[in-house]
Amino acid sequence: MIQIQLVNTALSSLRRNLMRSMLTTLGIIIGISAVIIMFALGEGAQKKVEQQIEALGTNLLMVKSSSVSAGGAKGAAGNVQKLTLDDVAALKREIPQIVAAGTSVNAQAQVVWGNENWNTRIEGINLDVLSAHHWEIQAGRTFSEQEMKSAAKVAIIGETVAEELFGIASMAVGETIRINKIPILVIGLLKGKGEDMRGSDLDDTVMLPFSTAVRRVIGGNSKYQDRIKRITVQVDDPSNMDWVAAEIENVIKQRHRVADDEPSPVRVMNLSQMMETRAEASQVFSSLLAGVAGVSLLVGGIGVMNIMLVTVTERTREIGLRLAVGAKPADIRNQFLIESVVLCLVGALLGLALSVLALIIAGPLFGWEMVLPTNIMLLSVAGTAVIGIGFGYYPARKAANLDPIEALRYE
Amino acid sequence: MSIALSCHDLSHSFPMAGGSLTVLDNINLEIETGEMLAIMGPSGSGKSTLMNLLGCLMTPVKGRLTVLGQQTAGMSREQLAELRSQHIGFVFQQFNLLARTSAQDNVQMPLMYNPDPTRDDEQQARHCLEMVGLGDRAGHTPNQLSGGQQQRVAIARALVNQPKILLADEPTGALDTKTGKEIMVLFKELNRSGITVILVTHEPEIAAYADRTIMVRDGKVESAT
Repeated sequence: MIQIQLVNTALSSLRRNLMRSMLTTLGIIIGISAVIIMFALGEGAQKKVEQQIEALGTNLLMVKSSSVSAGGAKGAAGNVQKLTLDDVAALKREIPQIVAAGTSVNAQAQVVWGNENWNTRIEGINLDVLSAHHWEIQAGRTFSEQEMKSAAKVAIIGETVAEELFGIASMAVGETIRINKIPILVIGLLKGKGEDMRGSDLDDTVMLPFSTAVRRVIGGNSKYQDRIKRITVQVDDPSNMDWVAAEIENVIKQRHRVADDEPSPVRVMNLSQMMETRAEASQVFSSLLAGVAGVSLLVGGIGVMNIMLVTVTERTREIGLRLAVGAKPADIRNQFLIESVVLCLVGALLGLALSVLALIIAGPLFGWEMVLPTNIMLLSVAGTAVIGIGFGYYPARKAANLDPIEALRYE
Repeated sequence: MSIALSCHDLSHSFPMAGGSLTVLDNINLEIETGEMLAIMGPSGSGKSTLMNLLGCLMTPVKGRLTVLGQQTAGMSREQLAELRSQHIGFVFQQFNLLARTSAQDNVQMPLMYNPDPTRDDEQQARHCLEMVGLGDRAGHTPNQLSGGQQQRVAIARALVNQPKILLADEPTGALDTKTGKEIMVLFKELNRSGITVILVTHEPEIAAYADRTIMVRDGKVESAT
């Protein structure tokens, strides 16, 4: 009963100083909006990185042939190493922990269907590429072993290419496209993956069997013949990554007859680890941003304390009167605590509304990836109530401890 | 006649640089229920301090104060607040009304600190306003009322908890003579209805309304008529 009346008293005194109350609240509004927007963007960035990791595949090692400097003293003329499909097959055969060893050659080319044409990436792949990079077929089918061996003129295409050429992606399967004037039958449509970490469109691709690409489409120039720049290796378990990386170097060295003390013909990189590092970096960055936003909320809280101290001083006589007519110190304390909590909560709710509005309007406008963090929203509103009590307590206690006589005489 | 307030060897002093200043020195005083008492004395005589002690707004350095049979020595701030809330009404020289707050709300304010679910707060406040003759001004804020009307609102506020004792510190000090007289007539009426009224004043014409006057000089009760 008395508490309800205290709330009414607090509300009406806030209303009496409306301008001041609003300005004080503004500090909280800005603080809360900053926290929520920063968290939303941080979580958005995090989600994007996670999607990229998912798109890339998991437990991946990248094997690259070392670049041999042409003028280098060590690089004898005949020593330039190149990786071959046989190397890929050997890796898979000799290291059982390797689940998939994907490799591809690629080139840019014009793809033509009817009157439409589109410049895209042409990839000659082995079948492991699809599993290592988590590619899925959404329509049609994948290459058969027979097609892989016989350099069949078949292709699986990405969503972007399908849409550009056919308008409707699902029409692609069964049509014949031309690449460098060679007719090729589209047998499958890849499920879309979006962008990779550099922002290039993964779906803007046409995949051919490795043999087809090398022998018929982009291998016209003998320089390309059967020459592999990189192999993507998927390992069965994250704990085997380092061991497999070392083993790959050994196998390649043996096959290419490179002595142990000579420089390795290949470099093996842990792609998954690189991605995780990136994810961690983005996490640290968003935590930093949220921290800065938290500081602005703290400053807002100090603003509330400041204005509450001013209010207590201004209303010293009123406090004296209330004490004289029978208010207990706790009643006075609660009245001022309620005022500061109300200031903070109103600020929190307005800040919440503002940040949601800002995210909904500005998000798509600036292309921000964002996730509305429901738990953070609830947490920050609850946190603000705590700020209201925390920063309101000192002024409220100061008011409650006033001596009624002194307070009544205060000018 | 029962005793409303009694002081026994009541002394009070304020700490000063290099010692303390004795304001009241061994005051012995009994005020009967239903009495109207005026406390007079020059400025600095300690009459306001005596008033504040009687109203339980401060606690004496030495001596005992009994309010309506209750010993106040050793009471906590909360207990003193409750005692004031239930039994003592205050009227101040400067009215001390809440600005930008209606007469009705000003009068109703003390009820909030003395909650009683069976009571109709609004009704009781309006009744008190009618008692002081301001039933038709309930919605007015202090700056819309004259000085005399403001003091009437303050008196209504002092009455709202139906106290047995009414303490008034220079209640006419901020009013002109005519309005002051009207206020004193009101106090007299309230006294006749059974409320013990104690007022501090330095004007003999005001003190003349009281049944009894005491003079405070240099911290001592000097004469009682």
